Amino acid sequence: MYLLTMDWWLVLEKAILVAFIVTISLVIAMYTTYAERKVAAWLQDRRGPNRAGPFGLFQPLADGGKLFFKEEIIPVSSSRFLFILGPSLAMITALLTSAVIPWGGHLHLFNRDVSLQIADVNIGILYIFGVVSLGVYGIMIGGWASNNKFSLLAAIRGASQMISYELAMGLALIAVLMLTGSLQMSRIVGSQVEGSNYWNVILQPVGFIVFFVCALAECNRTPFDLAEAENELNFGYHQEYSSMKLGFYLFAEYINMFISSAVMSTLYFGGYDILPFVDETKWGLDPNLLSILGFAALMAKTFFFLFVFIWIRWTIPRFRYDQLMNLGWKRLIPLALVNMLITAALILWLKK
Amino acid sequence: MNIVQILFWFLSVVALFGALMVISSKSPVHSVLWLIVTFFSISGHYILLNAQFLAIVNIIVYAGAIMVLFLFVIMLMNLNKETEPRKNRWLKMAGAVAGGALLLVLVAALKDSDLKQQEALVKTGNIGLIEELGKQLFSTYVVPFEISSILFLSAMVGAVVIGKKD
Repeated sequence: MYLLTMDWWLVLEKAILVAFIVTISLVIAMYTTYAERKVAAWLQDRRGPNRAGPFGLFQPLADGGKLFFKEEIIPVSSSRFLFILGPSLAMITALLTSAVIPWGGHLHLFNRDVSLQIADVNIGILYIFGVVSLGVYGIMIGGWASNNKFSLLAAIRGASQMISYELAMGLALIAVLMLTGSLQMSRIVGSQVEGSNYWNVILQPVGFIVFFVCALAECNRTPFDLAEAENELNFGYHQEYSSMKLGFYLFAEYINMFISSAVMSTLYFGGYDILPFVDETKWGLDPNLLSILGFAALMAKTFFFLFVFIWIRWTIPRFRYDQLMNLGWKRLIPLALVNMLITAALILWLKK
Repeated sequence: MNIVQILFWFLSVVALFGALMVISSKSPVHSVLWLIVTFFSISGHYILLNAQFLAIVNIIVYAGAIMVLFLFVIMLMNLNKETEPRKNRWLKMAGAVAGGALLLVLVAALKDSDLKQQEALVKTGNIGLIEELGKQLFSTYVVPFEISSILFLSAMVGAVVIGKKD
């Protein structure tokens, strides 16, 4: 049997890592719903959820339990298989993205160097892009399969918005890739971590802003949540959904938020780099401890971005649809293009 | 059979089955979804050949953008089984004959070509990786590359002109 010649330790190591990352994403997404309600309450001078457990900490569990025990309704005139496929795809694509993010440096355990990244593929950032562009299908299939015109309209809105903003996002990314000279996520982080190198946000402030706005639009978050504009479309693309299938759609949105925050911290804020301009290896700490600290630093940056996402939701009103498209096509894409050209010119000029 | 062979056969079966379902399923939306399955299995083949860049670009461009636009049009026109037009029997026959003739030509052309002797480089070779591919495109194939980019530009200008309100 050739099958047995595989490196089973590697398989085991990766399996544990995958389970760990997926669990963490799910738990963080769960508590982001709690954070959303608490921050909203704080911004609106209320108390927020405080009944289930101390400070309302068990609220997400109660919400999840409620969704699980609600009645499953599949509309008679929907196409049944696609109706179920929609939320599954939304959830799968949301979780797939985490595979190429470097969550930390290396751990040295049982005489093995364990990398805290599931797959260090040659095309890292393009992989994220590919998976994100597939996220459209969850919304489109769900909206179409419900056989409801409001769902369909919302799905098409959401999909066209995601496609439009992907372009500007890609152009903003090209500038980062030119700075690093590699598509590999570990190299992109490595170039920021090494010694006293700058974080990319200092070299690419405009690119970061474009990327951030596009990330908001990709996650269907306010001010770009046109796909679920209640006053125009009842409830949006998941109107016909009930029980946990609705839960999966809402949950996928929070996982997307978490992953895009992690991607932003990785690309622009040094990933698992603890402090900018400081060479952490000179602190003389145990390398394992340093890796864990790096993971904690990445998580801190990610939580900050999650907070900003929530903050924006409760501060800025929703765009009108034409404003959304004008911003995407007439402002962000030219801005990202100019940013890319200037970056390219500067790189050529400085390297001469 | 080692793991590469198992994957190869699995992906080939999926690709062929998906392609058959594209042409045989009644609802256009299902056809598009099966086409996406086919694209995925072809990307899997690219990955087996270590052409990671081609694999992911195939997914981003075809599955992620073009197929979404297809779905858009089909969903907005509300095409489904009921609106499927009755097809002429002679037209079907002519289609089968034309398709068969094309298959015959392709098989005849590839049967004696020297491509058959070349074995695919599995898991090795770096021509499909982005660095090598970029170097090739901008040195050996720079003229066709630039010409095709001009073609795209003119197509874009044409689309804007058609779509413009006047």
